[in-house]
Amino acid sequence: MREVAIVGVGATPVGEHWQSSLRMLGAEAIQAALQSVQLSTVDAMYVGNAYGSTFSSQAQLGALIADYAGLKGIEAYCVESGDASGAAALRTGYMAIASGLIDTAIVLGVEKSTDAIGSNRVKGRSVSLDADYESVHGATLTALAAMIMRRYMHEYQLGLGVFEGFTINAHRNGNVNESAMFRNLIKPGGYARASMISDPVNLFDGAPDADGAAAVILTTPERAADLTDVPVMIVGSAVGTDSLALQDREDLLYFRAADESAYRAYQQAGVTTAEIDLFELHDAYTIFSALTLEATGFAGRGEGWTLANNAGEALGLKGSIPICTFGGLKSRGNPVGATGVYQALEAYLQLTGRAGKNQVPNAKIAAIQNLGGAASTAITHILKVGG
Amino acid sequence: MSQTSTETRREKFTFSGLGEVYSFTMLQEPPEDFEEQAPYMLALVKLDEGAMILAQITDLDENESLQIGDRVEMVTRKLTTEGEKGMIVYGYKFRKVLTRN
Repeated sequence: MREVAIVGVGATPVGEHWQSSLRMLGAEAIQAALQSVQLSTVDAMYVGNAYGSTFSSQAQLGALIADYAGLKGIEAYCVESGDASGAAALRTGYMAIASGLIDTAIVLGVEKSTDAIGSNRVKGRSVSLDADYESVHGATLTALAAMIMRRYMHEYQLGLGVFEGFTINAHRNGNVNESAMFRNLIKPGGYARASMISDPVNLFDGAPDADGAAAVILTTPERAADLTDVPVMIVGSAVGTDSLALQDREDLLYFRAADESAYRAYQQAGVTTAEIDLFELHDAYTIFSALTLEATGFAGRGEGWTLANNAGEALGLKGSIPICTFGGLKSRGNPVGATGVYQALEAYLQLTGRAGKNQVPNAKIAAIQNLGGAASTAITHILKVGG
Repeated sequence: MSQTSTETRREKFTFSGLGEVYSFTMLQEPPEDFEEQAPYMLALVKLDEGAMILAQITDLDENESLQIGDRVEMVTRKLTTEGEKGMIVYGYKFRKVLTRN
């Protein structure tokens, strides 16, 4: 196996891109990434996308976007794993380079959520649930998150207010990120007053669906030396899975897939949680953040919420474990199948010291984790710079 | 299927249809084909035999609340109609166990 480096990145802002189609968003990110390393083409492109078929009636994004971006003829295909599609594409790119079959690849995450609106989008998103046992009853991912959250609050006897620090922290970081979707600051107390979407999940709890495209360029350490002074190495890459239907889980309050993918990635990278300088986790809902922090070893069982105390101080850019450093899904926005690649791009900017106002001081090792559904799929990567 | 397959052997089992609410939510933003019913209550029901099942809670009076631990029983109801002229899908929902006077 060969080592794999990230050498360049590019992205569109996250938000509502009414004027751009899937292919236009994808091409914009690809061109920015290629320009960042002054390359004109690559050997292959792996596209992460979850809902092109349902939102935009478009499949075959590999060929479609390669053609539109001026890369006609290269190896290109799409990888789907629900909301974890972006990280699945990153893992595919990692395996392609590591195997020796491909020397330089683009990993692109792209999604156009606003092609669908209202109940149509909600239905489109529900293909990531268990069709026979969940969607048929009118369940949505938000409703699943809400039922997990209510049980968590019941078991540990918690009020809604304990979760507000996750949201405050995300928006504090998104506030200084010019590419974020919702840059407003959330004041303490504001969270608990927000209107309910699926109680106890409220408007300030769930992340907004968005449009966007992000690209990273992967290559071997040898080629990386020609392209950049500061390559970021992918030192861990692992996927874990769990049942789609919540009813099939032995323990509703345990994100098994998040645990298994994180620990495999830690082992591969030879790192412990204490050595990780920042963690881009999948904060689609605050309860996902709490359970992820527990499953990945940053908090004990039933204690994930305590890290959000004091307006999320411990999770801030200078906290003990910074999360959502550019605003996370909640404030930067959730361009669904592209999210995992935005996480990689953000970690890359942190490790290369180019995160600007979002910079985590002295960041050397980053963990990123992308979830599909209610953590039915979890994909973790560990990125490292220097030494 | 070969004899050595690891696939689970299945046998028929009849549940009593009784259980208790393990968790629940009132869903305000429904998917297409469920707009007419919204808002509606979804629950994870722990059946008396031990299995967990997701379903809607039906027959709740306006302003009637649900609590974790409430006793519920299965009933057969229309789940949805697929599109405007589509097939009617029937299935299970749960309601609070009726108290006898």
